[in-house]
Amino acid sequence: MSETELDPDVTIDSRGATCPGPLMDLIGKVKEADPGTVIELQTSDSGSKGDVPEWLDEAGHDLLETVEHDDYWSMYVEIN
Amino acid sequence: MTEHIVVVGGGTGGTVLANRLAEKLGPEIERGDARVTLVSDDPDHVYKPTFLYVPFGKKTVEDAKRPLADLVDRAVDIEIDRVTGIDTDGKRLSLRDGGSMAYDQLALALGAQLVPEELPGLAEGGHHFYGPDGADALRDEMAEFTEGHLVLSVIGTPHMCPAAPVEFVLMADAWFRERGLREDVEITYTYPIQRAHAIQNVADWASEAFEERNINVETFFNADEVDPEEGVLHSMEGTELDYDLLVGIPPHAGSDLVTEAGLGDDGWADVDKHTLESEHAEDVYVLGDLADVPTSKAGSVAHYEAGAVADRIASRTRGQTPTATYDGKTVCFIESGMDEATFVDFEYGTQPTVREPSKPVHWAKLGYNESYWLTARGLL
Ligand SMILES: Cc1cc2nc3c(=O)[nH]c(=O)nc-3n(C[C@H](O)[C@H](O)[C@H](O)COP(=O)(O)OP(=O)(O)OC[C@H]3O[C@@H](n4cnc5c(N)ncnc54)[C@H](O)[C@@H]3O)c2cc1C
Repeated sequence: MSETELDPDVTIDSRGATCPGPLMDLIGKVKEADPGTVIELQTSDSGSKGDVPEWLDEAGHDLLETVEHDDYWSMYVEIN
Repeated sequence: MTEHIVVVGGGTGGTVLANRLAEKLGPEIERGDARVTLVSDDPDHVYKPTFLYVPFGKKTVEDAKRPLADLVDRAVDIEIDRVTGIDTDGKRLSLRDGGSMAYDQLALALGAQLVPEELPGLAEGGHHFYGPDGADALRDEMAEFTEGHLVLSVIGTPHMCPAAPVEFVLMADAWFRERGLREDVEITYTYPIQRAHAIQNVADWASEAFEERNINVETFFNADEVDPEEGVLHSMEGTELDYDLLVGIPPHAGSDLVTEAGLGDDGWADVDKHTLESEHAEDVYVLGDLADVPTSKAGSVAHYEAGAVADRIASRTRGQTPTATYDGKTVCFIESGMDEATFVDFEYGTQPTVREPSKPVHWAKLGYNESYWLTARGLL
């Protein structure tokens, strides 16, 4: 288990959801978020590690860090 | 003591469940040990898959409706009223027209709501076939549409029947071809993630079919604004699409009742995906589109879930330990033109195989649509 210094403004718990649930949950929150917002997306779907960065690239937001926990990942995203 | 079982929602999930309960608990209902009430705010049952055929003039909105009273077993009490509040501690529902109703076991099958207003400009600029008025208006537009750019945009997920948007564009392609107009109509399909459909195998199959039929695909396209004046659809990713006819699959929402009753914080009810029992309240089951389970929002899901919930409620009513579960079984027919179709079936954790489309499967889908009324009555 790793730790992070990041303090998210919003946390989305998508653990248990399968593809594309976590990515769609993130997109839904990004729609409402102001620039500068840091979002933590919690996902247990390993596919998210590929499709989330791919979408962030496309939409122009940043992936700050991915932290691995015992049975899920926290992906920290900053909105531009 | 009479065990009072209340089912809310007279759509696919609620109707199949009420009929299954009448059958399973027949002797208990006869003896007065159990009572089943179905509460719905619409005196008609609406079979939504019919709406897919309305824009092409193949069915009417009237074809989608039958009175609930004709479909539901006479052993079930039907109450036409709208539930306005759920008190899971006091085990009581508030009703718009009739005070309140106590329950011992509750099943919620309220379906999903369409919320086009969540996307600026969509209500003014877009059309859809997900409800009766939308389907009627789109039929009129399609009849007049002889040239230009038709854009179908899947605006958000989850949405009902994930196959329907794919079906719509494949049917539109065939329909315009039949009428000799295809060369003058450009068709574009957009999807929010990096492929044409959430299920990889369906995405692969659909992408190939789209390519063969000259249907453009825009992936990673999350619509964030419609400009009805200019006829432009904007995405969060910065893409702009000019359209002449926009068919938008409207954003969907669960129910405020769920949020207010503490059954799920975003309108979709949190349930155990196998038992369909609420994670937040005793003796509450949720089925159909309203339940947050990792499969499609489809009538077949509501149907199979109703079987498992009926078994569980019947066991509890008899004082037995329920053992029936739902394994995620989902079946979707997919129209791939005006006279051919395929289908997929899968369970939790499995990927469907998409079979080669054929005419018999198309006729099977139309046949199923007719025999659906027997399904709803619990006969199939
Ligand atoms: C165009 C289209 C095509 C489709 N095609 C297919 C297909 O080919 N195959 C497939 O499997 N599925 C298909 N579906 C999806 C399918 O129709 C739904 O998944 C299914 O109807 C869900 O059933 P349900 O019981 O959860 O909700 P619904 O059938 O929507 O029923 C909800 C019921 O609850 C009632 N209600 C709501 N709120 C209240 C309240 N507060 N108080 C009282 N009553 C209330 C409503 O009046 C309604 O009767 C399609 C859907 C659409 C829109």
